[in-house]
Amino acid sequence: MTAYTLGLIGAAVTLLVVFEMLRRRMLREKYAVFWVFLAVLIAVVAVFPGLLAAAARLTGVQVPANLLFFVASLVLLAVNVQLSTEICRLEDRTRALAEELAMVRLRQDQAERSGAGRR
Amino acid sequence: MQLYVVDDNISAKTGAGTLIVIPALNEERSIGRVIAELRRSCPQADLLVVDDGSTDQTASVAAQAGAPTLILPFNIGVGGAMRAGYRYALRHGYDSVVQVDADGQHDTSYIGALLLGLRDCDLVIGARFAGEGEYCARGPRRWAMRLLAVTLSALAGRRLTDVTSGFRAANRRAIEVFAEHYPAEYLGDTIESIVIALRAGCRVSQTPVAMRARTEGTASQSPLRASVYLLRACAALGLALVRRWDLS
Repeated sequence: MTAYTLGLIGAAVTLLVVFEMLRRRMLREKYAVFWVFLAVLIAVVAVFPGLLAAAARLTGVQVPANLLFFVASLVLLAVNVQLSTEICRLEDRTRALAEELAMVRLRQDQAERSGAGRR
Repeated sequence: MQLYVVDDNISAKTGAGTLIVIPALNEERSIGRVIAELRRSCPQADLLVVDDGSTDQTASVAAQAGAPTLILPFNIGVGGAMRAGYRYALRHGYDSVVQVDADGQHDTSYIGALLLGLRDCDLVIGARFAGEGEYCARGPRRWAMRLLAVTLSALAGRRLTDVTSGFRAANRRAIEVFAEHYPAEYLGDTIESIVIALRAGCRVSQTPVAMRARTEGTASQSPLRASVYLLRACAALGLALVRRWDLS
């Protein structure tokens, strides 16, 4: 198997998985768009390895594959940081919801108790 | 008899005054005693227990003792619990909030002194080391406390010796700030909240208090843990100083 077919298979599997997850509503479009874009990019690089070689020459990287790895790890790092901030936002929101919920519960409790007292 | 906040009309009336907020996490053994003590020492103040996702009977013990209790569905940290308390105080129109630990560490007879301090300040911290009591710390933990105290004193323009104290009083102005921004970060409930108050233009001062020995005793006294504490405190302080808050 050549790097060419390996790249194509990787891209195809990514596309399939993303499509299937979209179909099962496990992934929302706003996240899927990025992965689809990435899969297409991988496919392009697999079909035209010259692109990668040219990019490596341009950036002064001796082995084109190393450029690929470097860029790939940077992209994954960026995605992780982005997801971390997303989690932070979600945590803030759950925290706010928990506070609100506790207040609503207390208020309802008191309303019920005072209702029982009046009866 | 404690007046319950029954509905909106009444809550608006009973609201004016002091609310004592007691954040509690698994304190079923001490919470009842703390509530009884508060009733005796501050009969005119309203109480609010914030149960921060306790897995024991804290909430029901508090309810049995007759204190209104905010029950958080899961643990969100002292910062979150306190923000809930400050929001409650703001919505019910309280003039001042006193924060007291549920473990009985804080001597409630000093609450009057804390509230007195609110006359010319927005946030008053009940400080150990300030003459009363015999609390002492050594090694890295002491350095951390010194560093924090010196930095925050410089920011406040007033001597603050015990910035990690959770025994404090806030007036309306500080309540408004804390209802919006009470950080959930590590040490956020103590150090960063003071920094936020200062950055929002609140005047912060301290009043000396004695504290009782904690029942769990020697937590974070080992040199290693104390050093970690020092590092984390520095990081927390540094971040607090540069973090962006939308303080209006």
